Amino acid sequence: MTTETATPAEAAPARQSMRDALKENLREYGLVLALIIIMVFFQVMTNGILFLPVNLTNVVLQNSYIIVMALGMLLVIVAGHIDLSVGSVAGFVGAVAAVLMVDYGWNPLLAAVACIAVGAVIGGAQGYFVAYMKIPSFIVTLAGMLVFKGLLLALLGGRSVGPFPTEFQMLSAGFIPDLIGRWTIVAPALNASGNPIPNTGIALHSTTMVIGVLIVALMFYLAMRTRRAQERHGHDTEPFGLFLVKNAIMAVIIMFLMYKFASYRGLPNVLIVMGILTALFVFITKRMTFGRRIFAMGGNIKAAALSGIKTERLTFYVFVIMGMLAALAGLIYAARLNQATPKAGAGMELDVIAAVFVGGASAMGGVGEVAGAVIGAFIMGVMNNGMGIMGINIDWQQVIKGLVLLGAVAFDLYNKKKA
Amino acid sequence: MAKTILEMRGITKTFPGVKALQDVNLNVQEGEIHAIVGENGAGKSTLMKVLSGVYPHGSYEGEIHFDGQECRFNGIHDSERVGIVIIHQELALVPLLSITENIFLGNEQASFGVIDWHSARSRAKKLLARVGLNENPDTLITNIGVGKQQLVEIAKALSKEVRLLILDEPTASLSEKDSQALLDLLLEFKRQGMTAILISHKLNEVKKVADRVTVIRDGRTIETMDRDDVSEDRIITSMVGRTMEDRYPTRTPKIGETIFEVKDWVVHHPLHPDRQIIKGINLSVRKGEVVGIAGLMGAGRTEFAMSVFGRSYGTKVSGEVLLHGKTADTTTVEKAVAAGLAYATEDRKTYGLNLIDHIKHNVTIANLPGVSSKAGVIDDMNELKVAKEFRKRTNIRSSSVYQVTGNLSGGNQQKVVLSKWLFSNPDVLILDEPTRGIDVGAKYEIYTIINKLADEGKGILVISSEMPELLGICDRIYVLNEGRIVGELAGHEASQEKIMRAIVRGEEKAAS
Repeated sequence: MTTETATPAEAAPARQSMRDALKENLREYGLVLALIIIMVFFQVMTNGILFLPVNLTNVVLQNSYIIVMALGMLLVIVAGHIDLSVGSVAGFVGAVAAVLMVDYGWNPLLAAVACIAVGAVIGGAQGYFVAYMKIPSFIVTLAGMLVFKGLLLALLGGRSVGPFPTEFQMLSAGFIPDLIGRWTIVAPALNASGNPIPNTGIALHSTTMVIGVLIVALMFYLAMRTRRAQERHGHDTEPFGLFLVKNAIMAVIIMFLMYKFASYRGLPNVLIVMGILTALFVFITKRMTFGRRIFAMGGNIKAAALSGIKTERLTFYVFVIMGMLAALAGLIYAARLNQATPKAGAGMELDVIAAVFVGGASAMGGVGEVAGAVIGAFIMGVMNNGMGIMGINIDWQQVIKGLVLLGAVAFDLYNKKKA
Repeated sequence: MAKTILEMRGITKTFPGVKALQDVNLNVQEGEIHAIVGENGAGKSTLMKVLSGVYPHGSYEGEIHFDGQECRFNGIHDSERVGIVIIHQELALVPLLSITENIFLGNEQASFGVIDWHSARSRAKKLLARVGLNENPDTLITNIGVGKQQLVEIAKALSKEVRLLILDEPTASLSEKDSQALLDLLLEFKRQGMTAILISHKLNEVKKVADRVTVIRDGRTIETMDRDDVSEDRIITSMVGRTMEDRYPTRTPKIGETIFEVKDWVVHHPLHPDRQIIKGINLSVRKGEVVGIAGLMGAGRTEFAMSVFGRSYGTKVSGEVLLHGKTADTTTVEKAVAAGLAYATEDRKTYGLNLIDHIKHNVTIANLPGVSSKAGVIDDMNELKVAKEFRKRTNIRSSSVYQVTGNLSGGNQQKVVLSKWLFSNPDVLILDEPTRGIDVGAKYEIYTIINKLADEGKGILVISSEMPELLGICDRIYVLNEGRIVGELAGHEASQEKIMRAIVRGEEKAAS
């Protein structure tokens, strides 16, 4: 068919039309919108508990390790593979950490570094079989799942090991220090004996608010810089009004969340870790050759190989990264429970994989976004949290989560077909 | 006057933005072999998909009458029920099933879902005898050659009580000998009273077997001619709508010193390391020169090119590659690219493009460092600039550089592949079937790009199965046969006959 003659090459207009830009943005921010709708839904259904500062903080803590692993899983899935072993690896590494710190009394930092190295080695071993021996990742990591589940049991010998040193617990239970001091907006009501009554008044963790402002400022600066560069090079830019509104909405959301955190105990340490990792992985996938090559490989591995991409090595590294993130997740989980248990990590891989697919990644490889995976994890996490507060039984929670996963992917595919 | 068995009237089929067929009329008489010819993209395959119900009734305009009845097919099953069977260009056989299993796939010899293998085998044997294929029906498809696979496809069609057999480019991947056998078989079927539609653009085949020829161009029927009126010139003229001379842009070659040489190149089959595929090839390309490699399917042209380009094919590769007179390391694709070599594949969908990604990313993927900092951070703006530049330079027709390559037409996809390799800034480009499956207009554009590259001083090696193409654009042509170079002709003295003679002579030499 001669599509050639149908679409003559025209000089593209310098500005997109408002409608096109809106349509494009809706597709891009559809997932954020879905998350907001789900949150509002549960806010209503839980009589306002969901957005309580203490609960929001909880949602972050409960899902931190899932999100950390979702970052790596996104790369694995985009590369056209799958990793079923991450839950077992996380559990195993948590046990290694417990043995090193509790049984052998290692310094927590040293032990943590050693644990991440263990994760890298595990990922590398699995990556070797996938990349160089060409064994399907499903099989390799299914084997890995069994192996490390078994090693976890063997290492702990049926006992739970804990508690961890306090410094290590801070990874999951700690909050950033308030360097500036609390900022009291409304003084708490006092009781008869002159002591403040808890949960009255508004006192903010001011460092958190400052960080919030800095993040918003940075976001505006980067957005402006990109826009300037686009204009300078004569590329298309979206309408300025839309640009402003979009960033303003994002700013409001960020400040709202920061305000919530600030009115409890400030930003959790683990949120900082997550935030930095997420930013790093967005950067890797969007801006670095390494990330671009993963997408090219997932889209068409033969074409990638003939374009000079070392597909074996790339696959290997993707699994190494996944192993390291699984190890970190194992540490976070262990620190949160304050012990290593034989059941740690069981079934976690499914939550992680679900998060990535809800976030819009393609099971065929080549398609996916870091931000999508993170939001996907939060969607599943908020549902867990909300349904828990509502007192829905765990059995029905599973059913609903399963249907949401299927529905999200079906909706995504339907949309793509229409486009 | 023979009876009309099939009549298609006023068929119009529209895809988003494109009219693929426009008021096409086709009239096939019982017992004839009717050839449909036209350039790639003219609409032949679309027409056959309308006929066989792949595009269901209602998705096109016009009427189909078969055997005097109006037909409204909703799928291949409907058309097969009345006896219209189509054999597609890409064979639809399952490699790891046996011949018998493939013949009755979807049409199993079963009662209540239980397959009667005895009856299936004996029927398969009879069908194989009819198509003249002497193979055990239990043999797996993967173990027989393409020519025999084609015969299995025909046996499969015969198993379905076929009244009208449609063959879509049946000889495209067959050797000369297998093609002859297939055409003879077709004539034999005709004697038995079967009607057939043959889609082909090999004009000598059409002349040999067809009773009537319908020419399609740009989605319209141009004319239907009788056997006696058929001549190659007439077909070509109505096929392309212009004479042969205008199909290739002219160029005055400015040829410099030798920049690319391959010496004593030997390659073995990747799975059967004792089999030599390339048997000691020596060739060279000079600056500003367009050199062709002619040869039949299976001569080893693609295997040669891919083995040179980063050992992407074969094992036990030996020989020497020289660029600018110095030995170059081309043992991996990355090194080959770094040495100044580029290879644009014959199969752009499988090996050339990431079809789910857009033009911009496809253009830069072979040379990401060219748009990145040393630390591996991509400069977005620079990348966009590069992509836009190449889109303009190679005249890619798309809404923007953000169009997904899977939605582009074949010609535009090929331009993306070319852009990708141009951006890697090679000294020598190997273009493997650069115009396969694209229409005449886009071909002309590709030739123009090739000429421009040669004028810029690059060395270009073109592999092509279309001899007129090689004759039209090359300064020098190597003839490859069975892994050996059997001839070297200067462009101005080369002709199709000379190339064929070189191949035949090479075969005789190999046989003696």
